[in-house]
Amino acid sequence: MSVIIILLSASILIATGFLGAFLWSVKNGQYDDIQSPAQRMLFENKINKSANNLIEKK
Amino acid sequence: MITTANLTKTTTTCYHCGASCRNEQIAIAEKVFCCNGCKMVFQILNENELCDYYDFNAHPGVLQTTVIRQDKFAFLDNPEIVNKLTQFTNGKQTQITLYLPQIHCSSCLWLLENLHKLDAGIQNAKVNFTQKEIFIAFNNEDTTLRKIVETLTSIGYEPHLNASDVDHLSHSRLDRTRWYKLGVAGFCFGNIMMMSFADYFAASHVLEPKIKLFFSIASLLLSIPVLLYAASEFFVSAYNSLQHKYLNIDLPVALALVITFLRSIYEITIGNGNGYLDSMSGIVFFMLIGRWLQSRTYQSISFDRDFRSFFPIAISVVKDGKIIPTEIEHVKTNDVIQIHANEILPVDAILSKGNANIDYSFVNGESDVNQIKIGEIIYAGGKQLGGLIELIVTKEVSQSYLTNLWNNPVFHQDEKIVHSAYDAIGKYFTYFVLAAGLAAGGYWYMHGSIGLMWNAITTVLIVACPCALLLASNYTNGNLLRIFGKNKFYLRSADVLEKFTQIQHIVLDKTGTLTQSNSSKVRYYGLILSTEVKQYIASLLYQSAHPLSKAVLDFLNVDSIINITDCKEIEGKGIEGWINDTHFKIGSAAFVGGELQANQKGTKVIVKIDSNIVGEFLVTNNYRFGIPSLMDSLKKNYSLSLLSGDNDSEAEKIEQLLGVDSEIYFNQTPEQKLKYIYQLQHQHQKNVMMVGDGLNDAGALKQSNIGIAVADGGNSFTPSCDGVIDGTSLNKLNQFLNFAKAGKKIILFTFIFSAIYNAIGLYYAVQGILSPVIAAILMPCSSITIILLSYGLVQIMARKYFPKHILTNNIYETDYA
Repeated sequence: MSVIIILLSASILIATGFLGAFLWSVKNGQYDDIQSPAQRMLFENKINKSANNLIEKK
Repeated sequence: MITTANLTKTTTTCYHCGASCRNEQIAIAEKVFCCNGCKMVFQILNENELCDYYDFNAHPGVLQTTVIRQDKFAFLDNPEIVNKLTQFTNGKQTQITLYLPQIHCSSCLWLLENLHKLDAGIQNAKVNFTQKEIFIAFNNEDTTLRKIVETLTSIGYEPHLNASDVDHLSHSRLDRTRWYKLGVAGFCFGNIMMMSFADYFAASHVLEPKIKLFFSIASLLLSIPVLLYAASEFFVSAYNSLQHKYLNIDLPVALALVITFLRSIYEITIGNGNGYLDSMSGIVFFMLIGRWLQSRTYQSISFDRDFRSFFPIAISVVKDGKIIPTEIEHVKTNDVIQIHANEILPVDAILSKGNANIDYSFVNGESDVNQIKIGEIIYAGGKQLGGLIELIVTKEVSQSYLTNLWNNPVFHQDEKIVHSAYDAIGKYFTYFVLAAGLAAGGYWYMHGSIGLMWNAITTVLIVACPCALLLASNYTNGNLLRIFGKNKFYLRSADVLEKFTQIQHIVLDKTGTLTQSNSSKVRYYGLILSTEVKQYIASLLYQSAHPLSKAVLDFLNVDSIINITDCKEIEGKGIEGWINDTHFKIGSAAFVGGELQANQKGTKVIVKIDSNIVGEFLVTNNYRFGIPSLMDSLKKNYSLSLLSGDNDSEAEKIEQLLGVDSEIYFNQTPEQKLKYIYQLQHQHQKNVMMVGDGLNDAGALKQSNIGIAVADGGNSFTPSCDGVIDGTSLNKLNQFLNFAKAGKKIILFTFIFSAIYNAIGLYYAVQGILSPVIAAILMPCSSITIILLSYGLVQIMARKYFPKHILTNNIYETDYA
């Protein structure tokens, strides 16, 4: 049964890692503006696409 | 291609902005533009291979009719001003955040983030869509701020630079602590819950004491950040309320949290499991979510504007024959200044040169344009509609007529602490539960059971936590704000919702509030015009940018425009020209020289052909859609008043609208409006809501219990207020008020419902047998019921007050004209 202590410690440790990741992302400003990144993502595809088209044409 | 389609009345839309085009003369290849401004933007983008802009969205541009004069941004060459605007500079790189109200779609985002293609000096451009801001980092050697601003302006995104940008250097930083707290509380809650489950499901004797101790210590450690960090705002608020000798709702919450924590430590030390730590952290987590929901306000809307937000940063001062752009704070009395078309005068000054046609609608709500003679005073806030004028400053910015309004004490009061009705309920709730706890404790003391006594008192206090009430009001308010926002009514905070329920009197402004500022109703009196003459008049008016010309042009509604080469516009007065050897003169009575009906009041555009006055167009304000029915419904529940800065030419119509019981005043100055509200509040003891727009209402909006500003379109500028309502939603004002009232009922209902859970908890608590398991079951049940109930009820109410399928076209307006 004592193995539970080790397992639980490990699980809390991993969860702490995720909490840290969350806090880090907030600190980096990922939650400041939720709208623009969602749109920005679409453009990169678009630009690549037109770039690809250009290459194909050549 | 069928080109004949142009002749019929199919509306061609501008490739750039989507506005309807009058003819197809302005075009590049197959792309038609409504004006040269739009065409120019297209050309710039085309040259720089940025035409993807038009692929993301159809017609992504913004109408470009206003021509920006060449050295408008000359003041950005002044390093002192640039320094105040920029956030960071090290001599090589400079960083600045600019507000671009035009940002509205993904095309905007894409174009603005590709700015470096237009100006190689720009190293980084990042758009914040929510705040409508662009962050730019540029290389000082390759470009200047002025060049960047001019580039932005040339592609249709003129940054909004005003005097308040210089004053408030620190851009409001977003508050991220709420996210941190939510993360910490959620993490701790989840892990404590996991360990407590073992306690609940495996009967405690199964667990080895070693493991049990480990669980308890881990839970305790995890609960410390919840209590000290995540829940800190409750303690701060409770402490503040004690200092103000006022019992607010956070006080019993804080008390319950501390007692739960202490009691749990006691349980752990006697080896009795985790205590109530899971319930405590859960409650904190749910309450934080509630607060977050309630505080999600609208970042792109500013609710704190004063006159500085409306003034330019700098104006042109003429010194020794040279024009020097000067910050408005540095403009001194007796300086000679220049004001260009469509600029706002920030000081009081005497006209010394040029034709002044001043629009004071901004300051006093009067819609007529004032013609000022040389030697007369023009007051701050007036907007020049004609060409360039020169003036001599008589009073500096800080002493001008307009600024005086802001010296009124109303603008210097601190926000009063809001004594919410829920605080009061919370107070009684707390008294009741304290009494129950003491009674139960007393009972067990009499029966000689000291252990049970302590048990009863502490657990009753744990149950006493009015978290349910807090949750009910936070979640419901959050949902209400969301529905309000969906219907284009943006509130500053949730406190306003409660104030809505107390309103007894509504004061309205006329110009720009009941009427639409950029739309007018035109009627024609005179000889019947043939289609040909109509076309001639329209073609002449097409050459003019004056708002009245546009209104008449829309009214004439002709199919095509002919090119006129021989015409002359006297800005602010009228236009004249020769078409087929006939002389046309269109404009004001003074310009044309006579009018048809001198006794008819109002704004007129008179048409003179050769030497005969043939007719006149009477331009009146257009009332917003749904105003008559709105007034009818408001009349039933509230007393109404109307304060207008305008003249009384529409008195009859207004009286018909508001009814005979309402007080109606015309020619009101901003100070008079403020005083009127003050009198209503102090002499008649009324809670007043003011609905207005523009700076002339700023004082009244601030003085009133709720100040609502009406805005047209997304990028209007509204003065300091408690809420911004879109002009198209104003007709739903009564529904909004009723909805807010319904919201209060929903909160009470949800609260009563959740009180049932508290009663169950209390039932166990007074007996001294409220075990952590029962608490752990009751807590999430009550929280989740409240969340679901509040969401469901708000949704039902929203459907009742704001049905989705309103057939707006079927409702015809009563025409009072």
